[in-house]
Amino acid sequence: MLVLALDTSTPAVVVGIIDTDQESPLAERFVINPRGHGELLTPLIQEIVAEAGLTMSRLDAVVCGTGPGPFTSLRVGMVTGASIADALGKPVYPVCSLDAIGVAAAEVDDLLVITDARRKELYWARYHRGVRVAGPAVGKPEDVRVPGVVLAGHVASLYAEPWELPDRGIEYPTTATLVAAAGDALLTGAEPGEMVPLYLRKPDAVEPGARKSVIQA
Amino acid sequence: MTVVLGIETSCDETGVGLVRDGVLLGDALSSSMAEHARFGGVVPEIAARAHVAAVVPCVNEALTRSGLSLNDVGAIAVTSGPGLATALHVGVAAAKAYAMTLGVPLYGVHHLAGHAAADTLEHGPLPAKSIVLIVSGGHTSLLLVNDLVLDPVVHLSDTLDDAAGEAFDKVARILGLSYPGGPAIDKVSRDGDPHAVKLPRPLTGPRDPKLGFSFSGLKTAVARHVEAEQKAGRELAVADIAASFQEAVADTLTRKAILACRLHDVSTLVVVGGVAANSRVRSLAAERCAAAGIELRVPPMRLCTDNGAMIAAVGDLLVRAEAKPASLSLATHPSIELTWAQLDRSVAEVLQNQ
Repeated sequence: MLVLALDTSTPAVVVGIIDTDQESPLAERFVINPRGHGELLTPLIQEIVAEAGLTMSRLDAVVCGTGPGPFTSLRVGMVTGASIADALGKPVYPVCSLDAIGVAAAEVDDLLVITDARRKELYWARYHRGVRVAGPAVGKPEDVRVPGVVLAGHVASLYAEPWELPDRGIEYPTTATLVAAAGDALLTGAEPGEMVPLYLRKPDAVEPGARKSVIQA
Repeated sequence: MTVVLGIETSCDETGVGLVRDGVLLGDALSSSMAEHARFGGVVPEIAARAHVAAVVPCVNEALTRSGLSLNDVGAIAVTSGPGLATALHVGVAAAKAYAMTLGVPLYGVHHLAGHAAADTLEHGPLPAKSIVLIVSGGHTSLLLVNDLVLDPVVHLSDTLDDAAGEAFDKVARILGLSYPGGPAIDKVSRDGDPHAVKLPRPLTGPRDPKLGFSFSGLKTAVARHVEAEQKAGRELAVADIAASFQEAVADTLTRKAILACRLHDVSTLVVVGGVAANSRVRSLAAERCAAAGIELRVPPMRLCTDNGAMIAAVGDLLVRAEAKPASLSLATHPSIELTWAQLDRSVAEVLQNQ
């Protein structure tokens, strides 16, 4: 089965094509550019399709990271994934982006995946041998910190030292881990779940209060 | 003949339309307006979230209404600016994905060019020269349009502050009326005296820019009047105030639009945008155009407000003009002025087929 995987929940644009019968992807790209997801994503997909010697119509499914992540770039990836799948008439499988890091450390008993949520906060989830046992959620670093865990995620290296915790050194989702996180649903062709972005925060909007007077006192 | 699929997500409406050879084949619209109502205006993040949920369903609904499938689509056009940045990204990402997957050309379109093109879907091609008044919650602009896609659009004026529709929303709030303010004010004004409250006609003094617009001061004038009345312990004559405000807006808009026609020797005025739905703006425009011998064109309401069909209409004109498509790295331009209907193209490229 030929699968296009993509994730835009972190500063990286991650795209790849994998044949599920093989270990390594046919082609993939990894570009760190937190403000360029919208411009980069589709051309990168076009590149890997060509590099893999394929056409879009050969793809059997799409796997798409659903965050949590900064909203605008997360949306770019999810809308792209959903639109490609719609145009192909093929399913799109949503995957929590943190799961695509968690599955990569399946040997770890207690893994804490953290990514940058901006506003001095972290997105996080905890994994036992690759299976999510808590989260995803968002919180202040001091509330996210847990003793005795192993860290992963692209900001783990920033917290490993002050928190005195080991860093597993897995920073971002990859083609292979996104597909692995999609699991049996993808491989058996089960009905995919809904493509709902994991924002974990409400929109910043305040209902207006009383009007200010325009007449000077 | 190429079927063009147009996608619009610049504000709070997710719109998709299909146009072929100047004919609207079908469209779909999903609005997040109700979700913004309690905030008194459009919240960008709420709008963007709604676009994510709506864009693919709208594409499919528009296709169903057209009796077409995605395989019939020969080109994609999308609003790539101006508008709310985070909202624009959704439509542009979708447009690129469809264009790449279907293997069809992509065109980035200026939102205001879409508004100008909307009327062609109802009343046929625009004449060689027209004045377009775009008046909505986000824009108040006078444009001199020659060939919409081959010639540069001359931006005659923009509002210096609030858009007219924004002023309607704010005045409605001052008067305790509902959001959006346009329909609410239009309704209560029917029972009001448009001359009851003396309100200014902004930027109509001898030294003001002749075609300039400004509505912030008018809104404040209403607020001052309301506060003075309240301070004096008088009951607010809401209908009279609303009618007087509406008259001031309609008077200013139509006066300047007619003047633009005269100054540029143009005999067609096109009024588009949500505020074109206002009954007094329409009736006064009709009255003054008739008196000045100017042909007035106002598209039906569903084409006046933001929609995907108008973007498809521009895409259709671009396809027929054999314009060069955009690349898949097409960027968004949240605050770009309208010069060319097609964005992300150098002037040389636009001119190559002339």
